[in-house]
Amino acid sequence: MQQRLARGEEAALGELYDRFATLVHGLAHRVMGDEEAAGLITREVFGYIWENPDAYDPKDGNMRSWIATLTQRQAVGKLRSCEAERVASGGERISEQFEERVREANTAARADFIRDSMPASIRAALDLAYLQRRDYRQAAHELGLTEVEARRRMRLGLQMLSTAIQHEHPGGTR
Amino acid sequence: MTDSHGPDDPQDPHGPEGPDEPDRPGDRNDPAGPADVPRGAHESGSYEDGSAYGNGSAYGGGYDGSGPYDGSAPYDGPHDGGARREVGGSTRPVPPGRPLPRVPLPRGAAEDRPLGPAPVPPVTPVPSYDHSTLKSLLGAWALAACSPEETTAVEAHLTDCALCADEALRLRDAVELLRPEDPLDLDPLLRARVLENCLGRRPARVPVPEWAGPYDAETARLDALLRDLGSGDWNASVRLEWHDGSCDVTVAEVIGHLTAVDGLIAAALGMSEPLGTGAQDPIDPAERTKAYWHRFGDRSPAEVHDTWREQGHALLRTVSFAGRAAGGLDVPYGPARLPLRDALVDRAMECWIHAGDIAEAVAYPYGPPAPRHLHRMIDLAARTLPGVLAGRRRAGLAVSPTRLVAAGAPGRSLHLEVEGAGGGDWYIPLDSPAAVGTAAGSVAHVALDGVEFCQLTAGHRSPQDLAAGQEGDRAVISDVLAAAAGMSRM
Repeated sequence: MQQRLARGEEAALGELYDRFATLVHGLAHRVMGDEEAAGLITREVFGYIWENPDAYDPKDGNMRSWIATLTQRQAVGKLRSCEAERVASGGERISEQFEERVREANTAARADFIRDSMPASIRAALDLAYLQRRDYRQAAHELGLTEVEARRRMRLGLQMLSTAIQHEHPGGTR
Repeated sequence: MTDSHGPDDPQDPHGPEGPDEPDRPGDRNDPAGPADVPRGAHESGSYEDGSAYGNGSAYGGGYDGSGPYDGSAPYDGPHDGGARREVGGSTRPVPPGRPLPRVPLPRGAAEDRPLGPAPVPPVTPVPSYDHSTLKSLLGAWALAACSPEETTAVEAHLTDCALCADEALRLRDAVELLRPEDPLDLDPLLRARVLENCLGRRPARVPVPEWAGPYDAETARLDALLRDLGSGDWNASVRLEWHDGSCDVTVAEVIGHLTAVDGLIAAALGMSEPLGTGAQDPIDPAERTKAYWHRFGDRSPAEVHDTWREQGHALLRTVSFAGRAAGGLDVPYGPARLPLRDALVDRAMECWIHAGDIAEAVAYPYGPPAPRHLHRMIDLAARTLPGVLAGRRRAGLAVSPTRLVAAGAPGRSLHLEVEGAGGGDWYIPLDSPAAVGTAAGSVAHVALDGVEFCQLTAGHRSPQDLAAGQEGDRAVISDVLAAAAGMSRM
């Protein structure tokens, strides 16, 4: 994919978008909390990748997580600069709420990542309970599991997700 | 990454992941290394050492996210019952006097969830469950996926077990993080804007030819729809309609149909295509489709989806490298041959129409193509119409009289006025496909919406049900609309 981008293949750019647009837009939306801003971040992120096809080094991890990091940085940076602008133009400094928002956004981004990368079997159990509103017995039946195993997967999945919440860093400067 | 609990957990003979989960959940950030996770996850050490959760908490003992934390700290509470023999060497006791967290009710699946876990008043005595059972229920409880009795029992337990109460709080907060992004929230127009911005910053050296643009956009839209389907949706019954037939098929079969017919173009370009390039493969789209269903009927939805998508990507790539000039290349397409540029526009239109069929079957909203793409589809249909009309005349199906006109000479025409975005004016020659349709020769005028017109040519509207303004020679209008409706096939 990277080589194709470097060669300037428009078709590769389309494939890149199809693979990662949901991720990029979703993360950006979580941070910015608004559709238009999320669209702009999405444009920026893909623009950057297309313009700098060599910026990604496979040694840094898989492309998906690299793009997620890029998006997160871009979005939080944008959020900060908007806030700085607001304060500069006489707005009241509300750093506490602002940092809280950045922290929530970071938590959400980590949760996105964990959700996307957890084993499909765990994810399936969570999705059945959360999205399809099954109780764990129904979920066990649908997944062909014992009830004990369905409970275990639900608990494990939530435990994994809960690691996205940082309790130690209320300042959340990341 | 350590795995200090899982394998020792007597509740789970398979270890933390069970036999069917080759991926260790704790590995989620391993392959990628430190840059893997949105900033923070690694630096915080919250996966790794558990210290982020504080000493003395349920996680103080080094839960590493890689296995179900078994909460196996020595615990002398009333439900312990000595049942837990697991020795989590690194777990710590709850410090005496630690205040019990107050645990609100689980929030349930989604905020909009109409039916909660039915907070049942404990009219009967709380059933007795042992501590490890209650603990194992915490995930399901946080997800509001327990029975009412279990919910009652868990909640009673939380008031006097600090360990479980602590975990319950964390899991309930985690449920909040489950809320998914809705892929359909992605504005379909965003793709074009993003790609345009990219190409403005750095022009493509290998562009997608303009005539392949509709195919690129429509396959991307259908792909987004397919990715959002639940597994049950793939078996939804979809009605396919064409001018002289219809059938009910599954979503997977619709995609198989698209794959099989796209494969005609792939084969013409020398690409490998799903049916193989054997001479025995039928050229007729309906026959090809049946052959595909017959041969690959047992494929999973994911395979069907991937095969279609990969072929589409490969097609775009191939025509991009072939370049703009390849648009004139004749490809066998159904009973006729078409220039590649027209064949791909036709494939784009079929993709849109069938995506609409699928969307309707699973009750999703699905809009029309971008105006400039819709325009190309209408234009192709308008250019195809005279030939179809001539065919109907030869078959004795036309009612309006014809006149002899020399090829290339202006003759009578029907003024097709397509309203709305992507519309325009076309003058359909009536006397011969080789004649030139002109405004001056117009003997009839039909005005209709672009999407309506495409639905007509796709066999999704009958001429009688069409919302179209009509003026002039009735017989001519009737013949042209019938020809438009007759263009569709399976």
